[in-house]
Amino acid sequence: MPAPAKAIRRDISDPPVIEIQNLSMRFGDHQVLRDISLVLPAGQTLVVIGESGCGKTVLLKAMNGLLRPTLGEVRFEGIPLARMNEHELARIRTRYGFVFQGAALFDSLTIADNIAFPLREHTRLSAAEISDIVESLLGEVGLPQSVATMKPMQLSGGMRKRAGLARALALDPHLILYDEPTTGLDPIMSDVINELILRARSRDGVTSVVVTHDMHTARKVADVILMLYPLSRLPPGEPQVIFQGTPHDLDNCSDPRIRQFIEGQAGTRLSELKDEQARDQAQSTPPTPEHSQHTEDET
Amino acid sequence: MLDRVAGVGDVAIFSLKTVGWIFARRQRRDVLLPSFYQIGVLSLPVVALTGLFIGMVLAVQSYSQFRAMGLQTRLGAVINLSLVRELGPVLAATMLAGRVGSAMAAELGTMRVTEQIDAMESMGANPIYYLVVPRFLGCLILIPTLTVMADFMGVLGGYLYSHLLLGIDYHHYWTNSREYVDAFDFLMGIFKTFFFGAAIALVSCHRGFNCDPGAEGVGRAATNAFVHSFMLILVLDLFLGIGLDNLQDIFHPEGPRKLL
Repeated sequence: MPAPAKAIRRDISDPPVIEIQNLSMRFGDHQVLRDISLVLPAGQTLVVIGESGCGKTVLLKAMNGLLRPTLGEVRFEGIPLARMNEHELARIRTRYGFVFQGAALFDSLTIADNIAFPLREHTRLSAAEISDIVESLLGEVGLPQSVATMKPMQLSGGMRKRAGLARALALDPHLILYDEPTTGLDPIMSDVINELILRARSRDGVTSVVVTHDMHTARKVADVILMLYPLSRLPPGEPQVIFQGTPHDLDNCSDPRIRQFIEGQAGTRLSELKDEQARDQAQSTPPTPEHSQHTEDET
Repeated sequence: MLDRVAGVGDVAIFSLKTVGWIFARRQRRDVLLPSFYQIGVLSLPVVALTGLFIGMVLAVQSYSQFRAMGLQTRLGAVINLSLVRELGPVLAATMLAGRVGSAMAAELGTMRVTEQIDAMESMGANPIYYLVVPRFLGCLILIPTLTVMADFMGVLGGYLYSHLLLGIDYHHYWTNSREYVDAFDFLMGIFKTFFFGAAIALVSCHRGFNCDPGAEGVGRAATNAFVHSFMLILVLDLFLGIGLDNLQDIFHPEGPRKLL
């Protein structure tokens, strides 16, 4: 890997890569996350699961400061993000890689320029060095060199995701955040992405957070799984994190809410949804909490 | 009401950040030039064409009224004065708001919706520096040149129509124009456009940055960008007009010149 070689050796005394204390997120009247705490040591892969609208993406965006917490604190390698100004935040973000749900490649740039973007922004490498790095990154995610000159719109969904991953890897990040990396892909391409997540992780000391509702991905890549439950359906006072443990623990878990999710069974969910709808119509106060929560999660 | 105030404050902060980023970092050619091309070069044909027609329309409209008073030889003065003071600048600004403003809002809105702006931020790059500053500078620097084009084509259109179709004498047309239109009128028109250009860029980029999700959100951002910039153009035009007229009175204490 010819990227700027930053030795990311770690030992036990290093602070955890991500440390979240009592995080709450609220958008207007709508609370998405409540009192979340977690510690993610270096080198681990955390998978966050949960149904749509439970705040997974919001949690991910809080981890790199794209969204500021309403309450609580997020620390990256021991440094609280909230205390940083825009400039410091920009600098620390070079240690993050973020793979977006829709890849979020810049439409107006070619794939090569997309991957080179963080390198041009943050390094003083020459054009030749950058093009070498781009070439090797394309190889690393299994994309042919011919896509380098193409625009994102000319690529298939799976290719775009992989190009997005290549861009996230460009600066040799310490922490890679994946937002629904396999959503919308066929099963084989999904597994290719899983393999790439595992391979990215085998880079020296890389820590990963994967937000997904694909149980196959969760079982394959996770060291630790965290399951969030939508606040709107949670009885008051109960913790929003309904599971935290290894994939093995998850399979042995007897909580019906978790079993329902990992086995992909709707159970009484449809009738609950209908009840909610009837209740909302009775109150005639659109939009429904379910709906607005969904939009917030998507944005 | 509170939302409106918060909205205005939000645009103000956005504008300050934009101005801050103009000086915070050296501007890159490869970032600026595509925006300049899009805003300036590609707007030239529409601005020229609408300018030509507005000049001719002015000739048509003023001719009958001036002839009724037997003043048709003064046509040049009224056409050219309205053109360089008001219609040229406002027309160029309107075309820019319609052609470029709504496109900027739609483009940035799409980038917001598809998380491209988040992606830029997550890579430690500032979206205002990369996306707003080039568009702002493009509008600010190029709108005066577009106005000169609109003025020129309007003057040409007004003259051609008056001379060829209404039969106004060449000599009278231009002598009257020269007598009533001076450099201050022209420069005042150009001066106003800097405000129009800044308003278009800031309002449109702000709309795009704060776009609601989905195709509907992008559509609304584009429409609002035009509607809000157009309203702002007219409001600014009124107040700048009043201010500049007062200024002109100071320099020409003999009072406003009369056409009649």
